[in-house]
Amino acid sequence: MIEVKDIYKTFGDNHVLRGISAGFKPGKNNLIIGGSGSGKTTLLKCIVGLHEPTKGDVLYDGHNFTDMHFTERVHIRKEIGMLFQNSALFDSMTVEENIMFPLNLFTDQSKEEKLDRANFCLKRVNLEGKNKLYPSELSGGMKKRVGIARAISMQPKYLFVDEPNSGLDPLTSILIDELINELTQEYCITTVVVTHDMNSVMGIGDHVIFLYNGQKWWEGTNHDIAHTDNKELNDFVFASKFMKAAREKL
Amino acid sequence: MFHSLGRYILLLWLSFRKPEKFKVYWAEVMREMVSQGIGSLGIIAIISVFIGAVATIQTAFQLVSDLVPRSVVGGITRDSTILEFSPTISALVLAGRIGSSIASQIGTMRVTEQIDALEIMGVNTPGYIISPKIISGVTMVPLLVIISVLLGLGGGYLACAVSNNVSTTDYLSGLTDGFNSIIVTVCAVKALAFGFIITSICAYQGFYTSGGALEVGQAATRGVVYSCIMILFADLIISKVLL
Repeated sequence: MIEVKDIYKTFGDNHVLRGISAGFKPGKNNLIIGGSGSGKTTLLKCIVGLHEPTKGDVLYDGHNFTDMHFTERVHIRKEIGMLFQNSALFDSMTVEENIMFPLNLFTDQSKEEKLDRANFCLKRVNLEGKNKLYPSELSGGMKKRVGIARAISMQPKYLFVDEPNSGLDPLTSILIDELINELTQEYCITTVVVTHDMNSVMGIGDHVIFLYNGQKWWEGTNHDIAHTDNKELNDFVFASKFMKAAREKL
Repeated sequence: MFHSLGRYILLLWLSFRKPEKFKVYWAEVMREMVSQGIGSLGIIAIISVFIGAVATIQTAFQLVSDLVPRSVVGGITRDSTILEFSPTISALVLAGRIGSSIASQIGTMRVTEQIDALEIMGVNTPGYIISPKIISGVTMVPLLVIISVLLGLGGGYLACAVSNNVSTTDYLSGLTDGFNSIIVTVCAVKALAFGFIITSICAYQGFYTSGGALEVGQAATRGVVYSCIMILFADLIISKVLL
């Protein structure tokens, strides 16, 4: 369980997050949605420790992550997997080396064990046999899947995903969403996904938090969205004619 | 300025914290040594031979008096090559060759979130990315300077053989006459300092890059310019203190 309590984040005079409190449950796809500049990615980066909150606390299973020293954070970070918007694969390493990288640094496994784990992770994301390819030889969707494989290589308790569908075609986006959903259910991971893709929201949004102007504006499930009277959320979710038409049929 | 200096010192301190796994870091050090050392050998060889040859010809041109023995040309070429030309000019060239590569590589890692990915995993990012480059720099730059000295003196010999201004016998005799070993110590200290300056300054510039491709290019340029300035400054200080 991850909890954020009264998180504020400012960059100079720019108040990006204004007192956000929320809980993210294990085995659920927790989606953070909102328009551009609403603070989604900043909130995610505060949770994983890439940004220090100006005020407020982040708790991992009751342990205050914000107050921890670097060496203490390492223990929690070993339990975190993250897929970045641009996948953030290491250019100089092959697919296999990317996946084995955290295993090399943080485990005492033999080379065979690490290779087995890398192959298992690749199989899990349907990329068997792509071990020796470099990131530059992969398509956008394949990079995302390798990113997921690397994120799950250490069997994380927490999975963070930043804009998993950006730059992907609708079919690949659905495949990525399904993969994230399967992994979350299978390993009972606490998954936090930042997205503004409405297909993802409606498809895998077990728990949805809508940010507006740096504040938590709405919270519920994907089923609740269709019936909410929250104006800002409706404006965001049902901005397109297609979504408006879909809502009328519900 | 003090803010940057503080961040630079803090980054260096973080870079030399205990590694998570020595074996993984060692592999990176080896990779950097190959990249910095072998990769720079060609350019260093070319400039060293030419510098040695030009230094010899110009020294011979200026010493036209019958009162000065021709072997002095060898001595002056030796001292100027070991003391100044090889360490300093090599370092300035290496700042462009190695420094820009380090700054742009780390800068690209920063803007493509690869550094964030390392931090999320719990890796001591400055240690993993920067320390192998600095260790490699303080090892390979002195080795490259030694090669540069040898090739520079060889270039001087070739110039004597080709130009007939000074005989090769006089040149070789001048190389060994009145040799003071302090110049080798000064050369070694300079090479070590320059290796550290190039790698650490460029790594710092790359590490704190933010933005996109334009900023990565600017970081690489800044890294090279600041390294060159600091090399010349350190050159002055070391010469003043040790000579």
